[in-house]
Amino acid sequence: MTTTDRTRLDPKTDDIGARLTFDRSRPGRMGVLLPALDVPTAELPDSRFLRHDLRLPELAQNEVIRYFLGLSKLNYNIDSGFYPLGSCTMKYNPKINEDVARLAGFANVHPLQEPKSAQGALRTMSLLQDALSEITGMDAVSLAPAAGAQGELCGILMIKAYLAERGESHRRTVLIPDSAHGTNPATAAMAGFDVVTVPSTSDGNSDIDFLRSALNNGVAAMMLTLPSTLGLFDPNIEQIAAMLHDHGALLYGDGANQNAFLGRARFGDIGFDVVHLNLHKTFSTPHGGGGPGAGPVCVKSHLAPYLPAPIVTGDEGNYRLKTPEHTIGKTMAFHGNFGVLVRALTYIRSLGADGLRAISENAVINANYVLVRLRDAYKLPYDRTCLHEVVLSGSRQKAASGVKTLDIAKRLIDYGFHPPTIYFPLIVDEALMIEPTEAEGKEALDDFCDAMLSIARESEEDPDIVKGAPHTAPLRRLDEATAARKPVLRWTPKAEPTS
Amino acid sequence: MASPQDLKYTKEHEWVRMDGDVGTIGITDYAQDALGDIVLLDLPATGTNVSYMDKFGEIESVKAVSELFAPVTGEVVDINSALEDSPELVNDSPFDEGWILRVRLSDPSEVEKLLDANQYDEYLATEVE
Repeated sequence: MTTTDRTRLDPKTDDIGARLTFDRSRPGRMGVLLPALDVPTAELPDSRFLRHDLRLPELAQNEVIRYFLGLSKLNYNIDSGFYPLGSCTMKYNPKINEDVARLAGFANVHPLQEPKSAQGALRTMSLLQDALSEITGMDAVSLAPAAGAQGELCGILMIKAYLAERGESHRRTVLIPDSAHGTNPATAAMAGFDVVTVPSTSDGNSDIDFLRSALNNGVAAMMLTLPSTLGLFDPNIEQIAAMLHDHGALLYGDGANQNAFLGRARFGDIGFDVVHLNLHKTFSTPHGGGGPGAGPVCVKSHLAPYLPAPIVTGDEGNYRLKTPEHTIGKTMAFHGNFGVLVRALTYIRSLGADGLRAISENAVINANYVLVRLRDAYKLPYDRTCLHEVVLSGSRQKAASGVKTLDIAKRLIDYGFHPPTIYFPLIVDEALMIEPTEAEGKEALDDFCDAMLSIARESEEDPDIVKGAPHTAPLRRLDEATAARKPVLRWTPKAEPTS
Repeated sequence: MASPQDLKYTKEHEWVRMDGDVGTIGITDYAQDALGDIVLLDLPATGTNVSYMDKFGEIESVKAVSELFAPVTGEVVDINSALEDSPELVNDSPFDEGWILRVRLSDPSEVEKLLDANQYDEYLATEVE
């Protein structure tokens, strides 16, 4: 068994934050040496804002460094190990992305610079717009949305504006499969639409008969996650697109899972009218508490006038920012998360078309390798070839020994792995959603599968060790229910420090 | 556990206990176990009308937010205010202290179309893995 070498902390007595920042504070101790005063002294501008009575910790520089380094060592990240968090695409982020984003011309550019003096940055955005347009088979792209959910909202608001312009505001329903990302119904509701859930059939596809019965002239759009959160590609997708268009409705694509068919099929060719991508997932920019994200929205020409502003237009030497004619507006200050855009373009250009195709191939092969190795030990609710992720169920373990999916996830921490996504998608009881990504070799996959098989054995032979996990982590099982019911959102020092 | 005999059930895992024309509503032991630790309930105010199999509120657990469906039609006459501070009562005592709403039924005979305890247990055994 793999164990971590972290020193175990006792949550009852060890308050990591308190020990360093406040309890170690000593009056007069300093982290920096200030130079001698060589200007006249002046009164503080406003004593309401600069108060002496605030208790701030006073620490030496090395104590501050040790504090933050200590916290960073408690973090689990893609650079420290395998991270199969389903639907999140926690793939390795190549360091060339960071090298390029740190080039002075990118790192120091100011969003209010004259376009003339920022042609390189604008060209970078233009190249990325073109690349995403080519990858998705769409006509126009806005890089403005700051994350996937914002891209979704933009897409749906564009559909709303488009329908209003056509005098079709009576279309108030958005259809959403029960295997969609949870943000999809939230987006439709935020945009003011009524949501109708399309059930999945027993093989995991959208129920075509239900869809047929639900389609009428009140339907504005269908939001479809492709492949779905079950990791499955709906083979009826072209028929679904045609059915929607026949009824005057639009098809929205949630492209968060684009990793699964990068370079192999295109949303635009399939019949989607609008799709958002998650650059921080498919195009390997840092995320997971580390953000920020980027959720460009890509559209067919009939929706292009509504794109969120700004978009980059023009050509060599004459790139400029443009506000589309009927834009739904701005989604954030300036031009999107520029540093993320630079990293994504670096990733695309360093891999090239063949490299991008290899990503989807390896992502799918890796997920199916995990599926085959674990299918005897865990229930496989949808028994068919998956794409980039595999959804298993812990229901067999729960019925046999009371070991729940949450316990299995916690036990994986003892084996040195980040747990997969659990209890999602909602249509799978005791779901374990595993996305290995293309970035892992067979050895890492085998280590993970060996751990999962070992936990399945433990669930039969020694269920208590699984139910009590994690045993080796810095903190044991956290009380999520109390944290949610009675959250303590503010830390208060217990007592005045002794001097 | 076997479901209490004196209650009526829905396939959405709600139960009703009748007292005259007032039905007390909650979720079943199966439902609370499947949801996991309950952290919040979003319930209608008293005086609101609820309809058979229409959504009347939401229940949030550490896993997910789920919809609550009314097993009967009528007016909400009482809500379990203890759940505001102690939503865990739904987990600890789903059929008793964890009751959710009381509804005065516009047609008390409506409850007859719900499942009895044996039918519900049979449904759990066959329909739910």
